[in-house]
Amino acid sequence: MIPAKFDYHAPSTVDEALRLLSEAEDAKVLAGGQSLIPVLRLRLAAPEVIVDLGRIEELRGVREDGDALAVGAMTPHADMIADPLVREHAALVAEAAETIADPQVRHRGTFGGALVHADPAGDMPTTAVALGAEFLIAGTRGTRTVAAEDFFEDLFTTAVGEDELLTQVRIPKHTGWGSHYEKFVRVAQQWSIVAVAAALRIDGDSIAEARVALTNMGSTPVRATAVEQRLIGIAPVADAVREAVVDVAEGTHPPSDLNGDADYRRHLATVLTGRAVLAAAAG
Amino acid sequence: MTVTEERPTTEVGTPRRRKEDQRLVTGRTRWTDNLQLPGMLHLAMVRSPVARAKITSVDVAEARSAPGVLAVITGSDVADIQGSLPNAWPVAEDQKAPPHPAIAVDQVSFAGEIVACVVARSAAEARDASELVDVEYDELPVVLDLAQAAADTELVHPDLGTNVSARWVFDSAEACSGGNVEDAIQEARDGGILIERTYRQQRLIPAFMEPRSVVVDPTGEQTTMWSATQIPHILRLMLALTCDIPESKLRVIAPDVGGGFGGKLQVTPEEVVTLLAARQVGRPCKYTESRSESLMVAHHGRDQIQKLTLAAKQDGTVTGLKVELLADMGAYLGLVTSGVPILGAFMFNAIYKFPAYHFACTNVFTNHAWTDAYRGAGRPEATYAIERLMDELAQEVGADPLEIREKNWIKHEEFPFTTVATLEYDSGNYEAATAKARELFGYDELRKEQAERRERNDPVQLGIGVSTYTEMCGLAPSRVLGALSYAAGGWEHASIRMLASGKVEVVTGSSAHGQGHETAWSQIVADRLGVPFEDVEVLHGDTLVAPKGMDTYGSRSLVIGGIAALRAADKVIEKAKVVAAHMLEASPDDLEFSAGKFTVKGTDKGTGIGDVAFAAFHAHDLPDGFEPSLDAEATMDPDNFSFPHGTHLCAVEVDTETGRTTIRKYVCVDDVGKVINPLIVEGQLHGGVAQGIAQALFEEAVYDESGTLVSGSLTDYLVPSAVDVPSMVTDRTETPSLTNELGVKGVGEAGTIASTPAVVNGIVDALRPYGVSDVPMPCTPHRVWTVLQAAGASGGGAA
Repeated sequence: MIPAKFDYHAPSTVDEALRLLSEAEDAKVLAGGQSLIPVLRLRLAAPEVIVDLGRIEELRGVREDGDALAVGAMTPHADMIADPLVREHAALVAEAAETIADPQVRHRGTFGGALVHADPAGDMPTTAVALGAEFLIAGTRGTRTVAAEDFFEDLFTTAVGEDELLTQVRIPKHTGWGSHYEKFVRVAQQWSIVAVAAALRIDGDSIAEARVALTNMGSTPVRATAVEQRLIGIAPVADAVREAVVDVAEGTHPPSDLNGDADYRRHLATVLTGRAVLAAAAG
Repeated sequence: MTVTEERPTTEVGTPRRRKEDQRLVTGRTRWTDNLQLPGMLHLAMVRSPVARAKITSVDVAEARSAPGVLAVITGSDVADIQGSLPNAWPVAEDQKAPPHPAIAVDQVSFAGEIVACVVARSAAEARDASELVDVEYDELPVVLDLAQAAADTELVHPDLGTNVSARWVFDSAEACSGGNVEDAIQEARDGGILIERTYRQQRLIPAFMEPRSVVVDPTGEQTTMWSATQIPHILRLMLALTCDIPESKLRVIAPDVGGGFGGKLQVTPEEVVTLLAARQVGRPCKYTESRSESLMVAHHGRDQIQKLTLAAKQDGTVTGLKVELLADMGAYLGLVTSGVPILGAFMFNAIYKFPAYHFACTNVFTNHAWTDAYRGAGRPEATYAIERLMDELAQEVGADPLEIREKNWIKHEEFPFTTVATLEYDSGNYEAATAKARELFGYDELRKEQAERRERNDPVQLGIGVSTYTEMCGLAPSRVLGALSYAAGGWEHASIRMLASGKVEVVTGSSAHGQGHETAWSQIVADRLGVPFEDVEVLHGDTLVAPKGMDTYGSRSLVIGGIAALRAADKVIEKAKVVAAHMLEASPDDLEFSAGKFTVKGTDKGTGIGDVAFAAFHAHDLPDGFEPSLDAEATMDPDNFSFPHGTHLCAVEVDTETGRTTIRKYVCVDDVGKVINPLIVEGQLHGGVAQGIAQALFEEAVYDESGTLVSGSLTDYLVPSAVDVPSMVTDRTETPSLTNELGVKGVGEAGTIASTPAVVNGIVDALRPYGVSDVPMPCTPHRVWTVLQAAGASGGGAA
C-alpha cells in the first residue's frame, strides 16, 4: 500500500530536528519506522511532514553515566541486545528486546521509538517502568527530565509534546540483579498478549529488592509495587512466590481481543508473574 | 536427506535441488508485479467498507479531476459489458446463484466488494484518487451466522428467495454401495455406541506469499493478460465467456507465481476489471493488491459446520456414518465454491470400511467474502471429522486410538477396495505406514510418559494425536467430473519438442506456482529419453507456449500432467526409432532403446537420440514419407484418482495453567507411491503439515457483527513462521499407485489434510483427564483455558 504524500526531512542534529518540528503544522517523528511506516501505508495517519531521526548520530549508543546507563533514544534494539553495558547493568532490557518481533524489526526499530510509540502491548515501556528509568525530553526551550511513572500517560500517549523529542533514557544500574521477561504470545513475532518484567536482587537465600511490571494489562505499563513489597524477604521458591504474586492483576484493566478476554489476561498475568520472578531468581 | 550433485544413474528418485529455486527465492524473476510495459497505467480499487448495502450514489467527479487520473470506472459504467463472474460447478440442477458483477452496480454483499476503479499514471496517484470517490451506502441488515442464514429469516439476495444455494445428498443405500445409515444408527442406539458431535471448520484465508497481481496489454491483435494465477488456461476460457471476447483474441500468461494454495484458482473481479479498464483506455494497465486487500477479498477457505453421527458396535466396529454439513458460500459463488464441500463427500469414510454412509450438504449464502478452494478443498474437513470421531470412539470403547483404527481400516490384502462412497481405492498399506510411524514416534514410551504425567497431576499434560488419512489426488477423471456436474474435464496435456541441438523442451499444461514442476518434469523426461537433466527445459504458464492445459490444483499435476509428459516422451521415442533404424540400416523391430541410445540388438551398432533429433531436423535423409519432426504430444485423462495415505502422530504438551499448546514431536509416514524427487516431497509435507497445524492452532478469519473482517492484517490473522512450527520427522512407505504407469500418487495437499486432526486429537487427548472431549479450532491458549475452566466447573479434574 502506498502512504499519502508527505514532506520528508532527515536532519543531522537534535536542534535541527526540533526546529523542523516547531515549524511544521502536522509532523510525525520517524524513529526506526517499525510502527509508523505500517500506519502510514494503511493510511491510518497522513502527516504532512516526516522528520526522520535516523541520521542524528548523537542520539545513538549506550554509555555509563554514574549510577545509570545513558541510552540514546535512537539506539536500535539489536544494539541494546548486543551491548555489554546493557547486559551487565540492565539485562532485563536486553532480554525483553530479544523477544521483539523479528530480526529485521530489531535492527530497524529503536529503543526510544518504541518508548514514545507507547503501544500498551510493547515490551520496552514495561522494562523502562520496571527499572525506574528517567526520560530526557528536549524542546526548543531546553531539556526536561520526566520519571517513568509520569512518562506513559495513556494508549500511545507520552509526556513528549508535539514539538519535543525524547533524546535519552537514563536507566539506573541494576548490576548483579537477576532478571527475566516472561512474554506470552501465540506466534513468535506477535505483540505481547501479556508479558511480565521481573528483576530481583537476591541477598543470601531471600529476595532483597524486587521490580515487577506488566505489559498489556492496561493502557500503560503497570508497575506492581504491592507485589514487589510482598516479595521482599521471601525465599524465591515456587509456593512462596506464587502466594506473593497472587493478586498482581487486581485493579488492572487489560483489553479483550482475538487473543483473549480481560479475565484470561488477568489469570495469565498472575501465572506469568510467578514464572518471571522464579526465572529472574534463577538467573 | 543428503543432496546428491553427482550424476545419478536414474533421475527419478533422486533428491535434486530444484532448478527454479534460485530465481524464486531471490525474487529476481518474472512476478507479475515486476512487469513494466511502455505507457502502462495503474489501477486502484474503491471497495465497500460495509458488508451489505444499497449503493445510493457514486460520485467520481473529484477523483476524475485528480492529478494523473485517466478514468474512473463504476459498476453502472460497465454493467452491460462486465458479465457475471463464473461458477463452473453447479452442484445441483436447481442451484441458486446471484449475478456476480466484477464491480458492484447497485448493491454490495460483503465488505471489500469493488464499487469503483481508478485508472491513473502511477499507483500512488491511483491510490490517492481512490480516496476521493464518494460512495453513499444505504446499509441493510447482514446475514453472518450460518444456521440463521439457512433459516432464511433475512435474505442475502432477496431475488433468490432463499439463502440456500443448493443441497447435495449422497446415500449409500440409494447408491447401492452400502446399507441404510438410519438402520445402523438405530442399532447403535439399541445397544451399540452412538457418537454425535458437531465440529466447526473455521474460516481460513489462503494467505499466499505473493499478493495477486494482474497486467493487461490491450494493444496488438491479441489482448495479453499476465496474472498471478494457478489457472491460465481456465482463466482464458472463462474471461472469453464472461467478457464476450473471442478466446482466440486472448492470451493469458501466468509467469512465476508465488504460491496459491487454491487461492489463485479463481477468475477474479480484479482480473475482469483490469481487462475492462485496459480495453477502455487502450493502454496497458496493472493492478496489484495490497496485503490488506488480499486478506479481505481473495477468496477464503473452509467455513463449514459438520453435524456428525457415528454408529458402532460395542467392540468399536463402525457400522455407519451420517454427515450433515452447512457450508458457507459467502456472498457469491466463485469458480468452484459450491463444489468444495462435495469433494469432501467422498472422503468422510476415509480408510475405513464401514457399510453405511449418508452425506447431505447445504450450501448457504452469507455476507462474508466468498469461499472457494483452499489446500485440500473438502478433504481436510472430511478427514478432520472422521479422525476426530475415531478418537472419540476409541475413548468410548476404552481402546487405543490406533487399535480402533486398525479394527476398521481396509487391510492391505483387501485392495482394490470399493468404498461406501463409491470410489475404488487401487492400493494402500495402512498397516505398514502405521507401524513405521509408531516406531519412529516412540509411541509406547510417550504413552508411558503420558500416564506418569497424569499420575502426578503435572500442570503440563502430554497428549498424543493420531491421524491415519487417505485422500483423493489427481483431479480428476473427466467422466467423474461430468457426473458431478463440473463444467470441464480433468485431463492434462504435454508436448515435447526435440531441438536440433539435442536439447529438449517439455511443454506442460499444468503450470506450477511453487510446486517444482520444472525440476520434476525434467527428471521424468530426462530418464525416459536418456538425456541429461540439464538438457531438459520445462515450459508452462502461457497459453501461447502451452496452448492446452487444465492447470494446477487438487494434487493433479504429477499424476496427470507428469504422466502426459511421460507419454509424450514415449511417442518421441517411437518416432525416433523409425529414424534411428533408417540411420542404422536396421529394422525398427531390431532396435532397443536404453539410456538415450538406440542399439541394434546383439551388436554395438547404435546412435544417440540427440543425433537422431539432428537427423530429423536437417531431414536430408529420412525414411520415405517420414514427417521431419520427432515432436510429440499427449493428453492424459486418468481412469481413476490416486489415493495417497499415511499416518501422522503428534505429541503435544498442553500447559494447563495458560492453555498453551506446544508441539513436542511430529512424525509423519506418508505413502505417496513412487517418488520422483524426495526433496520436493519432503518440502510439500513440511509446508502442508505447517499449514494444517496453522488451522489447528493459529489461523481464523474473524468478522465482527457488522460483517467487517477483524483479522484483516497479519497482526491478527496469525500465519505461523518457521519458529512457530516444530521440526518434523518425515518418512515414507512406498505402495505404488496402480492407476498410472509411474506409480505416483500426488503429495501437494497430504500434509494439510493429515495434520490438523493429529494436532487437535493430541490436545484433546492431553485434556481427557479433565473431562474435556473437544476444543474448537483454532485451539488458542484462551480457548483451551476456557474449555478447561468449564470442565473444572462441571466437576472434571485430573486423575
